[in-house]
Amino acid sequence: MDKQTGLKLYHEMVLIRRTEEKAAELYQQGKIGGFLHLYIGQEAVSTGLISARLPQDRVITAYRDHGVAINCGLPAKEILAEMLGKVTGVSRGKGGSMHLADVSKNFWGGHAIVGAHLPLAAGLALGDLYQKQDGVTICMFGDGATNIGYFHEALNLSKVWNLPVLWVCENNQYGMGTAVDRASAVSQIRQKAEGYGMTNSRVDGMNLVAVREAAQKILSEIRNGSGPQLLEITTYRYRGHSMGDPERYRKPEEIHLWQEQDPIGIFRRHLLDNGLAVEAELNAEDDAVEEEIREAVIFAESSPEPQAEELFRDIYVEA
Amino acid sequence: MAKITMREAISQALWEEMERDPKVFILGEEVGLWGGTYAVTKGFFDHFGAERVRDTPIAEAAIVGAAIGAALTGLRPVAELMTINFAFSAMDHIVNEAAKLHYMFAGQMVLPMVIRAVGGGGRQLGATHSQTPDAVFAHFPGLKVVAPGTPADAKGLLKAAIRSNDPVLFIEHATLYQTRGEVPDGELIVPIGKSKIQRLGRDVTLVTYSKMLEVSMKAAEQLAAEGIEVEIVDLRSLRPLDMDPVLESLKKTNRAVIVEEGWKSYGVGAEIASRIYEEAFDFVDAPIKRVAQAEVPLPYNRTLEQMALPNAADVVKAVKEVL
Ligand SMILES: Cc1ncc(C[n+]2csc(CCOP(=O)(O)OP(=O)(O)O)c2C)c(N)n1
Ligand SMILES: [Mg+2]
Repeated sequence: MDKQTGLKLYHEMVLIRRTEEKAAELYQQGKIGGFLHLYIGQEAVSTGLISARLPQDRVITAYRDHGVAINCGLPAKEILAEMLGKVTGVSRGKGGSMHLADVSKNFWGGHAIVGAHLPLAAGLALGDLYQKQDGVTICMFGDGATNIGYFHEALNLSKVWNLPVLWVCENNQYGMGTAVDRASAVSQIRQKAEGYGMTNSRVDGMNLVAVREAAQKILSEIRNGSGPQLLEITTYRYRGHSMGDPERYRKPEEIHLWQEQDPIGIFRRHLLDNGLAVEAELNAEDDAVEEEIREAVIFAESSPEPQAEELFRDIYVEA
Repeated sequence: MAKITMREAISQALWEEMERDPKVFILGEEVGLWGGTYAVTKGFFDHFGAERVRDTPIAEAAIVGAAIGAALTGLRPVAELMTINFAFSAMDHIVNEAAKLHYMFAGQMVLPMVIRAVGGGGRQLGATHSQTPDAVFAHFPGLKVVAPGTPADAKGLLKAAIRSNDPVLFIEHATLYQTRGEVPDGELIVPIGKSKIQRLGRDVTLVTYSKMLEVSMKAAEQLAAEGIEVEIVDLRSLRPLDMDPVLESLKKTNRAVIVEEGWKSYGVGAEIASRIYEEAFDFVDAPIKRVAQAEVPLPYNRTLEQMALPNAADVVKAVKEVL
């Protein structure tokens, strides 16, 4: 990794975290409604993964989508505007936090029905295969999503049709309040790929460099015709499942343990230890993020609400 | 008589039935350790244990399917779907299994089961998490569909549903959980398939249920201030549908407005209006009006979402139009 990439990825991770901390604040103030699922603690997963993609690679994920959106190049101000339901938001205020998307950046959205986007990912990959395009579809989902039928149908289909998909399970140890071993017959999610004869691997999701290297290798294999693969990335969400989670299912000590391997801290140390950055440069990135967020909040708060006509817009392509 | 919330009423019904009958058990996502996403089963896991309050993986088809299987063996499962929107992930089992087995096998198979599902819009949860698809489920013969609008009805109907030998879909409205109402002390059973007059009036018959009962009551107060007295019929069960109180009321008022939260097209209002025209055409003095959700997937933005949902002002307007 070169210095420029290192600083860029560090910037993205900090930007994700600060955007979400700000979102949590705006939620407490009642300015954001509905559900808000924070990605804090998982930043290295999408940052490492998406840093390995080529522009033609499609990305699709679940409702915990703010981080991925930032990594795919959606501006923080448009993400915050969407959360505030403003017309300047990426989905014109009609989607909200769970439904960010920017098709022009090959980001095919946050999807709120658990597991439902996996068959869609198979279809995206089929589109590329059919049209002889060399994109790989990167489909991200949680550990909990691997227990619903959609996951199994999609994996099987992708293997049978040899689709260019990278299935990425973000194993953050819980699906809502249910620990992996209370809901999944196997404790390593990657084992589920075995049943479909699918190449699989597992990587530490608190370590951006490890995620990035694994993703680079697998994406190039898939691009060269390996067929679909599954990558399990182990990680942890520091916050509740969504805002207002009573968190009776885990102990604070467990959270603290994972906080000791904070993905941003680990990457910061990596950059310093490998001479890729000095303290002052990283602090400058922190400051730049601070300023970006400040401007993003002003933009989002001062943006207009959608007009009433927006209610009936985009129901169909043809009226 | 105690004044309790809808949440407490539902919780009490479950608790009492589980205490009464060891064959009753709960299964669903986050019903145990978490205490229920809407806190309905808070305390159940500690009291009844993991055998009877079963946390499941995220697998709606398996939740409903396993409930069907367990019911066939004589147990009385209460399957919880975190929201009714996820019932679509279990649609085959609801529609092609639960609603059909008893009939298709000529009565050999009996399914004493309840599916509890939380529905409704108004909380900025976006298009996939805000639906009121009650009419969809009421379409299928073989399934009973119940949707209470008051705590007392919720308690009594849920107890009846648990004791019923037919599969019952019990729809709770997410924004009614905090609603308080009088609930009689002691044993309370409200029979499934009985509509109820919730307010007496002479001018217009309002037919409604669930959350829209609250909205209709509010509209009724505003109208009363202007000297217009509406009679409100609460359907409570969508299938079987009890038209008697609706027709009786209509024969008195000769005018009807139907208020539902779901979409108008092919909805509850369409069914009720047709039934009135079929069964009491001669008594209808003005075209029946329907108040329903705008025909759009619900948006996240609060103002747009509220615009799309029916409110008291819409009901007042419709009542004045039929007068
Ligand atoms: C079909 C369906 N069932 C239930 C839900 C409610 N729900 C939303 S997120 C979630 C947990 C998902 O866990 P996981 O897949 O591990 O993702 P994480 O939230 O940990 O990122 C549940 C049960 C849903 N959205 N869709
Ligand atoms: Mg998870």
